Amino acid sequence: MNIDLAFTIFVLAILLGIAVISKVPATLHTPLMSGANSIHGIVLVGAMIIAVTASDPLAYILSFLAVAFASLNVVGGYVVTDRMLQMFRRKPAAPKAGKAER
Amino acid sequence: MDAQIIDPLVRLIWLCGAVAFVIGLSRMNSPATARQGNLISAGGMTLAIGATAVWLLVLPPTGSFNPTGWLVILAGVAVGGGYGLYSARTVKMTAMPQLVSLFNAVGGGAAALIAIDEYLRHTGVPPLQDNVATVLDIVIGSITFTGSLIASGKLMGLRITPSRPVMIPGGRLVTSALAIVVVAGALFLFAGNYNVAVMLAILAAALIFGVTMTLPIGGADMPVVISLLNSFTGTAVAMAGFVLNNPLLIIAGALVGASGAILTKLMADAMNRSILNIMLGGFGGGDSTVSAIAGPGGSVREVSIDDAAIQLAYAASVIVVPGYGLAVAQAQHNVRELAELLEGRGVDVKYAIHPVAGRMPGHMNVLLAEANVPYPQLREMEDINPEFDRCDVALVIGANDVTNPAARRPGSPVSGMPILDVDHAKNIIVIKRSMGRGYAGIDNELYSNPKTGMLFADAKAGLAELITAVKAL
Repeated sequence: MNIDLAFTIFVLAILLGIAVISKVPATLHTPLMSGANSIHGIVLVGAMIIAVTASDPLAYILSFLAVAFASLNVVGGYVVTDRMLQMFRRKPAAPKAGKAER
Repeated sequence: MDAQIIDPLVRLIWLCGAVAFVIGLSRMNSPATARQGNLISAGGMTLAIGATAVWLLVLPPTGSFNPTGWLVILAGVAVGGGYGLYSARTVKMTAMPQLVSLFNAVGGGAAALIAIDEYLRHTGVPPLQDNVATVLDIVIGSITFTGSLIASGKLMGLRITPSRPVMIPGGRLVTSALAIVVVAGALFLFAGNYNVAVMLAILAAALIFGVTMTLPIGGADMPVVISLLNSFTGTAVAMAGFVLNNPLLIIAGALVGASGAILTKLMADAMNRSILNIMLGGFGGGDSTVSAIAGPGGSVREVSIDDAAIQLAYAASVIVVPGYGLAVAQAQHNVRELAELLEGRGVDVKYAIHPVAGRMPGHMNVLLAEANVPYPQLREMEDINPEFDRCDVALVIGANDVTNPAARRPGSPVSGMPILDVDHAKNIIVIKRSMGRGYAGIDNELYSNPKTGMLFADAKAGLAELITAVKAL
């Protein structure tokens, strides 16, 4: 992949990122931030690549740290976001009567 | 299968992962689809990482299987993933913001480590675009790493990182010096030099910069700072994508970088603060003396449990204003019990949720939802503020700055911050442990209001006593 193609992808993804966040209710600010936080855990892919291409002890140490950090980001991020969002599920006790009131 | 099939297939799966991230994020804009959105995003992540593992196994980039490398990956995933799973499942919902900040820190750290490792592998001068991406990755990743750790420490209230703004002596000078080191080092490398020492100097300066940038910011602004650092991490990951020439990292990183920036703006708007204002110093610039408190100073009226119980039980409508004090005391279940008791007596009970109640935007909703408070009773600020005029009793539990009427006048550190109009209620009961100050570090004029009765107690103990007293009526 050459640099101008990579840069094109970069710019288009930025525009997509801006477009995808619309008017979010304040209630969801924290879960949304946490959800976005888990997505950058994709850096794990990069950490795996540097681990299998490593050849000296220092590189192995650096890639071990990178893999451990990135895994913490991915796993922790998704699980904690899910725990937060789990609490927004519709309660059986609160049917749509409340919604009409809003 | 041979390379000609595997390689494009993996790239196609990466693309599916990126699509899942976009769909997941957009579904998280609304409460009804948010959880599903997160699951879609997690599915995309699993797919992308699985495809990468297969790709690296079948087509090792170095030409042969690297057992040590795979051992490193397995150990890293076990350690990081294991701790992530454990901490995310066991964390108390009150402590969740600092955990998210920690996850953000390590994400930025991982991105910086990738760039450092790639830089050390070069033997000659890397092409300019690699150099730029490497330096940006190291700088942004390191700033997020230390910055988010400090933010996390501030939220935990560690002694070395107190939640109040910490002024560093000669802070501006230190910041400028660090910036000069980074810029000068970067220009030197861009000019066609390969120098590990210079790279390490840039790394050190960026790590320190993350600390000096976050320390002076007050605890109340931490959510906005964490969101900003989250956006930084996204950008650092995109830079790691440039370094490794990997489209998935570029797409996902840029996506988070941009959406994180928009979210930061939304959060800052909800608090009526500008991002620049927040970054340039603590609450109100940090140098504001507490001179803004004019008028009634000391006269605070205490109310007994029984009086408070009678007021609540015979009110027609009660608005509960929960704050961080309620969250730390883990009193969300008690508050629901009291509310149900009052509703049983025909009292109309609602909850007024300030956008930054708790420790982060939306944090209080999560805590109350956890206690099974019916979702429709939780009302947002703009929605509930007019209702305070008609409300008989406002019950403030562990909330401070977000109720301070001083915010309506200029000249106070909280000036301009949107507040709940608690002082418009006919009667006000404040459950609070002491006259201690909130994050802004100023006295709350609400407490000396003649309509206010102070009930000095821990939120949980106070509520338990109130429940007993209401039951006895």
